[in-house]
Formats: sequence, C-alpha cells, structure tokens
Amino acid sequence: MDSGGRIAARTPLTAAAAGRHDATRPRRFRALVARTLRTRGAGFGLVVVAVVLVTALGADLIAPYHPNQLQEAGVLRAPSPAHWLGTDQLARDVLSRIIYGTRTSMQAGVVSVGFALIAGVSMGLLAGYYRGWMDDLLMLLVDALWSFPTLVLALAIAASLGPGLTNAMLAIGIVFTPVFTRLVRGQTLSVRERDFILAARAIGARPGRVMLRHIWPNVTAPIIVQASLLVASAIVVEAALSFLGLGIEPPAASWGSMLKGGYQYMQQALWLSVAPGVAIFVTVLAFNLLGDGLRQALDPRLWRQGES
Amino acid sequence: MTEYVLRRIAYFVAVLLVVTLVTFSVALLLPGDPALAYIGEANMRDKTMYETMRRELGLDQAIPVQYAKWLGRALRGDLGRSIRTREPALEGLLARFPVTLHLTAMAMVVALLIAVPVGILSAVRPNSNADRAGTVLAMSGVAVPDFWLGIMLIYTFSVWLKMLPPSGYVPLSQGLWPSVQSMVLPALSLGMAFSALIMRQLRSSLIEVLQQEFVLAARAKGLPERLVVGRHALKNALIPVVTVVGLQTGRLFGGAVVVETIFALPGLGRLAADSIFFRDFPMLQGVVLILALAVLLANLLTDLLYAFLDPRIRYG
Repeated sequence: MDSGGRIAARTPLTAAAAGRHDATRPRRFRALVARTLRTRGAGFGLVVVAVVLVTALGADLIAPYHPNQLQEAGVLRAPSPAHWLGTDQLARDVLSRIIYGTRTSMQAGVVSVGFALIAGVSMGLLAGYYRGWMDDLLMLLVDALWSFPTLVLALAIAASLGPGLTNAMLAIGIVFTPVFTRLVRGQTLSVRERDFILAARAIGARPGRVMLRHIWPNVTAPIIVQASLLVASAIVVEAALSFLGLGIEPPAASWGSMLKGGYQYMQQALWLSVAPGVAIFVTVLAFNLLGDGLRQALDPRLWRQGES
Repeated sequence: MTEYVLRRIAYFVAVLLVVTLVTFSVALLLPGDPALAYIGEANMRDKTMYETMRRELGLDQAIPVQYAKWLGRALRGDLGRSIRTREPALEGLLARFPVTLHLTAMAMVVALLIAVPVGILSAVRPNSNADRAGTVLAMSGVAVPDFWLGIMLIYTFSVWLKMLPPSGYVPLSQGLWPSVQSMVLPALSLGMAFSALIMRQLRSSLIEVLQQEFVLAARAKGLPERLVVGRHALKNALIPVVTVVGLQTGRLFGGAVVVETIFALPGLGRLAADSIFFRDFPMLQGVVLILALAVLLANLLTDLLYAFLDPRIRYG
C-alpha cells in the first residue's frame, strides 16, 4: 500500500479515536463532579458558589432596588419587609448593595486570580522547563515577592496605582502570582523528565509546543484546586483593600466598603456590619470547601480519605 | 550542615536585595511629587525651594543612581525622614515595631492555645463528633475575615457586654492585666485564621504519625494513650506544624494592617495605612521593608530549624 493509502486507512481510525476521546470527556467531567461531591461540605460549596455566580451575573434582575437609590424609609432603618436587611447611613437598601457587592467580589476574585494564573503559569513553565539561569532569576523574583506579607504588598501596590477596582485586582494578581509560579515550576520539573516529553523533544517538537501541549495538561489538576482556594483569598484581600479605602471607589457597592461605612454605626445599626461580613464569610467558606473537594477528587491518593 | 547554612544565608541576602528593589520601585510609583510634599502647600510656588528639595532628595538623578544611594543609606540605617512628622523614618518604625510584635506574638499564642488541643482531639478520634466540630471550627476560622471578626468581637465584648476595651494599646510596662485586656480582642481576631491553619496541619500530621510502627510499639509495651500521643507522636507531628507557623508569619503581619486600624493600635500596620492616606512615602517604604525583612528572617529561621530537626533536608 502506498503512503496515501496508509493515510487514508488511518484517517477513520484517528477520527474514531478522536470521537472516543470526545465521548469520554463528559463522562470524565461527571466522574470528577461525583468524586468532588463525595467530600464533606463540597456539595454546599458548589451550590453556594453557583448561587453567588448567578447573583453576580443577574444582580440587575435580582436586586429589589438600584444600589445607590435613596429610600423613602430613611437612614439607618432596621430590617423590615420593604428592606429585608435595612437601610444604610445614606438611606440605601442594604440587600441591594450586598447583591451588587457580589458582582464586585466575584470580579475581584476571578480577574485577579486569572491574572495571577496567566503570569504565574507562564513563569513556572519557563523556570521549570529551561532551568539554569532563567529558573534562578525567576525564583529569586518569586521568593522576593513571597517575602512581603500579602496584604502589605497588595496595599503598597494598590497605593502606587491609585484607588479603584481595576488597580486593586492588578495588585492582588501580582501578589498571588508567586503561588502559581512555585506550583507549576515544581510540577514541570517532575513532568519534564518523563519519557513522553523526551519522545516529543526527540521528534523535534519546539519548546513552546512541548510546554503547552505536553506539560501543561499534566499540571492542571493542582492549579484548578489552587485557583479555587485563591479566589476565596482574593475576595478577602479585595474586601480588606476596600475597607482601607483602596478598593472600589464610592458610591459603587463592595462588601469591604460596606463594612467600612457600617462599622462607624455599629451601636445604632449592627446589621450594616453583619450583612457584608456574613456575605464574605459564606462565599469564602464555599470556595474553600469546593477547593478541598476538588483536591480530593483530583488526587487519586486522597480518594479513600475523601469518602471517609 | 555548615554548608547548608551558608548556602541558605547567601540566598537570603540575594532575595533581600530583590526585596529592596521591589520596595524602592513601589515607592517610586506612588502618585504625587515627594519634593512638593516635603516643602508643603504654602511653598508650592517657590521654585528655588522646590529645586533645592529635589536636589536634596536626589530626585534630579537617574533612577538607578537614586536606588543605589537609597540602598546605601538604608544599609546605614537611614530610611529618610517622614513627610508627615519630619522625624527620621527608622525612629518612627522602631517605636511602632514592638506594638506589632506584641500583637503578632499574642495572636500566635491565642492560635496555639486553640489549635493544639482541638487538633490533638480531632486526630486521636478521627471522624468522631469532636473531629467534626474541630473541622467546622477550622473551616470557619479560615473563612472568617480577621477585620470582620474584630468588628464583631468589639460589638460583643465592648459594646454589649462591656467587658473589654474596644480600642487602644496598653504596653506591658504599664501592667500585665491591663495590657492583656487591651490585646485580647485584636489577638483573637488576628489569630483565629492562623489557629485554623495549625489545627488542620496538626490533625493531618498527627493522624499520619499515629499510624506508624513506633507508635504501635509504644502501645504494645503498654504505655497509656496519653503518653503515646503526648510523648511519642506529638513530638514528630509538630515538625510540619513548626514549618507552617514559621512560613505563615507573613500572614500575621499582613493581617495586622487592618486589625491595628480597627483597634486603633499604634503599630506598623496602622502606620502603613496612615502613610498611604498622608502620602508619606519614606514611612511606607520603611514599613514594607521592615515587614518583608521580618518575614524573610522568620522563613530563614524556619528553614534552619527544619534542617536541624530533619537531617534529610540539609542533604537534599
């Protein structure tokens, strides 16, 4: 058979294999979800995260009032049927501001972790794959960034860039980058010694292709777990920055700035401090539980433990 | 061991150099003109004064030269003068550092007092009700933001029960009890998340150690469970806990920024927040550098202690 015939004979097989591969994807995803839900609390985490995401996306439809609309009820009104979580010091509906604050927190969590993920994974892959001077240099930078207390560095960067949600997200992203760099570098160092990487290099695959097509898919599991846990941390850091006046600018709603405003009226209106705090607590708890569940599901060594 | 220690110290110096570079760059990016901030609004139109101040601060030189001069002065203990108070920045930092150290030390004590008994109880009876309660406590501790916990504690113990002061700092020199009273709430707010981390780490490492053969041997020779756990297992399980405590020191220093702000404690964290508000960049630079140095030293000590406790590390 000539080479064309060989190719023709192979094509259906390859297509069938690809089909099989595609067919196994939903099954693998379902298995992953099932294993995640076996961990105690992960179901709660998944449900709350889903609710928080839907709330963030549909805030305009869900919130009873516009977050900055002044209410006739007046300032510092206690929770009532018209205003389930009361009104704040400027007569705005607290529930509506909490709902819109979900959007701010989710945006801060997802965007800053996304930034850290892209920067950290790229640096980790480069450091782990090339080793040598590039590894030394990148790890020196990462270790230096790692030495700053998270909130102090985020505060200093946010202060340099100026207040605002975008700058706060960038500051948080920079602060979290070392987490992904270290994680991916460690994984890459181990994966790059495996036979299939040697084979890929032997057939002439370029470094970029080796890193993205062969190493990256093998280091994603711990990254998914870490990303879920870091979204929780990012939400807390954004709230802390807003509390200190370096996050989102007024009058936009954010859980941290709501706490800052409510804290001064603690004696007259405790609900102003309780509602945003509970929102942060429940959301962070949910992301942590989901992260723990994913960790158990993605690491076969922990499967039995997760079931216990 | 000597070679490991020397290698580790050399790396510490290299990282510290990059830390100074990052600190300098962050201050360089701060909005506003430092020379204008120093001469004040009243002299804003005085060009000669402005130019003299720029020269005095070295702002007329190239950035690498500015960095080299700043680093040279910092090595001699000169971190510039505060724009707000005009005092040498180092003096202000050293006056406030004991407050932050006091707060973080108390937070660590509170964290250990909560974490060690709960962690042991959870590990000794895994999957029991006590373990489940411990897990819930740990998960909640990690999730609760320290500044919100601080606000809730102030409301409960100061506003409602009127048991403890809501803010202010009483140094140890003015009496142990008043000092403890002023620090209990801030330490609890800061230490809660830390205790949760220690609790989880202690639980998992103690469960692992309790399954090892030397524990079986200790039980087989008839030692009471209290001694098996306390004398044999706990000592081994504490090694990873020491690492967590050392490596998480930065978390405590970071948390101190908001906790000190809420409880009006005159520490480094509050100084950082105030410096941002007043655009006092030499002070902010100093706070960031001192806290990073403290974390670096804590990490170095942890690594050396770990190498001392576990010989596999120093030959790795």
